[in-house]
Amino acid sequence: MASKTINITLKIWRQKNANAKGSMETYKLDNVSTDSSFLEMLDQLNEQLINERQEPIAFDHDCREGICGMCSLYINGEAHGPDRAVTTCQLHMRKFKDGETIYIEPWRAKAFPVIKDLVVDRSAFDRIQQAGGFVSVNTSGRTMDANAIPIAKVDADKAFEAATCIGCGACVATCKNSSAMLFVSAKVSQMALLPQGKVEATQRVLNMVKQMDEEGFGNCTNTGACEVECPKEISLENIARMNREYMKASLKS
Amino acid sequence: MSNSTLLKSSIAKKIAMALSGLFLISFLSLHFFINLMSVFSADVFNSMSHFMGYNPVIQFLMQPILIVGVIFHFVMGFVLEIKNRNARTVAYVKFNGAANSSWASRNMIISGLVVLAFLGLHMYDFWAHEVVYKYVDAKAIDTTRYYSELVAKFESPVRTVLYSLAFVLLALHLWHGFNSSFQSVGFNNKYSKKLHKLGYAFAIIVPVGFIFIALFHHFNN
Ligand code: HEM
Ligand code: SF4
Ligand code: FES
Repeated sequence: MASKTINITLKIWRQKNANAKGSMETYKLDNVSTDSSFLEMLDQLNEQLINERQEPIAFDHDCREGICGMCSLYINGEAHGPDRAVTTCQLHMRKFKDGETIYIEPWRAKAFPVIKDLVVDRSAFDRIQQAGGFVSVNTSGRTMDANAIPIAKVDADKAFEAATCIGCGACVATCKNSSAMLFVSAKVSQMALLPQGKVEATQRVLNMVKQMDEEGFGNCTNTGACEVECPKEISLENIARMNREYMKASLKS
Repeated sequence: MSNSTLLKSSIAKKIAMALSGLFLISFLSLHFFINLMSVFSADVFNSMSHFMGYNPVIQFLMQPILIVGVIFHFVMGFVLEIKNRNARTVAYVKFNGAANSSWASRNMIISGLVVLAFLGLHMYDFWAHEVVYKYVDAKAIDTTRYYSELVAKFESPVRTVLYSLAFVLLALHLWHGFNSSFQSVGFNNKYSKKLHKLGYAFAIIVPVGFIFIALFHHFNN
């Protein structure tokens, strides 16, 4: 069965480098298979641009199967586009109509500066992780088998759900306040729920929140937009848990 | 924990905002209850108002706490709004906020500002009047004046409409604010679904009730 194709108009943010002033540029792209992914569509556009001896559009991607967190893109006013619980690489062109105009912008947040075109610098997330998003393990040879510690199924499941966060930054991009609370709360929760994480729990939440604030992310006002747009459906429950952890830690330290 | 760290971090501000909001909600509930009495009995309303107006604990402890609470709430509201605007220096060309969040949740500053403007009028109407009556003119205690003062205020159709409009915006403020404050203080568990329903009910019933009271006195007298 021949797959359907559509012709689309794209309005894409172009910016030469971090310091250049960018602008939205318009491109026409014909014969886009509705079976192609959003990133394949951009590949097709880039081939067209290269053939026309124009600079191809820079955008982030790696695994192209929704697990690495590298792809981004604010598509038609929504992070990772109009579909739910998918990353941009998992978004299909069948979600768009023939003749449609599609807006593509980079993540917008002061803490995520644009590097080029649609590529933004998300190293703020790395620095938050480095501030406490880990469990220190002694590797001198007497490391205890993690499976030897009994963990309640409910807690294990919740920790696992929090751990599915791929650090893509859609939560920040979609939040009207550019708040990173969903990401940070997922990273805090994933440890706070497990016995291995309890040891460093107090310092972890204090340090990670401190780093989050220093990076210039905004304040959460509980609009809940992050939870809706998150490709991994990280729950707002994690933010409530982080707030509790933070209160506990503040009283202790 | 020192005072500076207390309000320095984003989460601490959030929790302080929620606590001040919850405090205002409890005050609002009490205020609503007393006003509601005016519909049923002028006497009950008078005696409650008199108690509130002359009880020293209410006047010199609760009232200052309330004023500080209100000021804290809207000043912090402005601070957070400015910080949050600064966290995104380049705006999206296309931003579809309606796809993932309620209008009320995205526009707390607008509903808040309208409520603040209303509070200005309201303080002028009743609080300034009380201060002048008690301390400037130092008039004699009259335990039955409150009901007639209330009714007199709602003779004006302009004031009645302004009050009603402000309460619509208060409803929107509470539609998001009630449940938001519980989330902020970390309350999100198996009871949350039920609490959300209560929050939405509160956000409708109380403002609509206030509007009803205003209209009641406007048309009844
Ligand atoms: C009777 C009056 C008021 C009540 C009962 C009330 C209640 C609340 C509640 C419960 C919240 C949620 C707090 C949270 O999310 O943790 C809130 C948030 C907010 N309020 Fe009010 N409020 C009132 C007046 C005002 C006024 C006068 C302003 C002035 C601008 C204002 C501005 C805000 C803002 C900007 C927020 C959102 C901040 C955030 O969620 O972090 N409010 N309010
Ligand atoms: S919480 Fe969701 S939206 Fe935010 S970084 Fe993690 S996966 Fe992406
Ligand atoms: S490219 Fe890896 S998640 Fe999209």
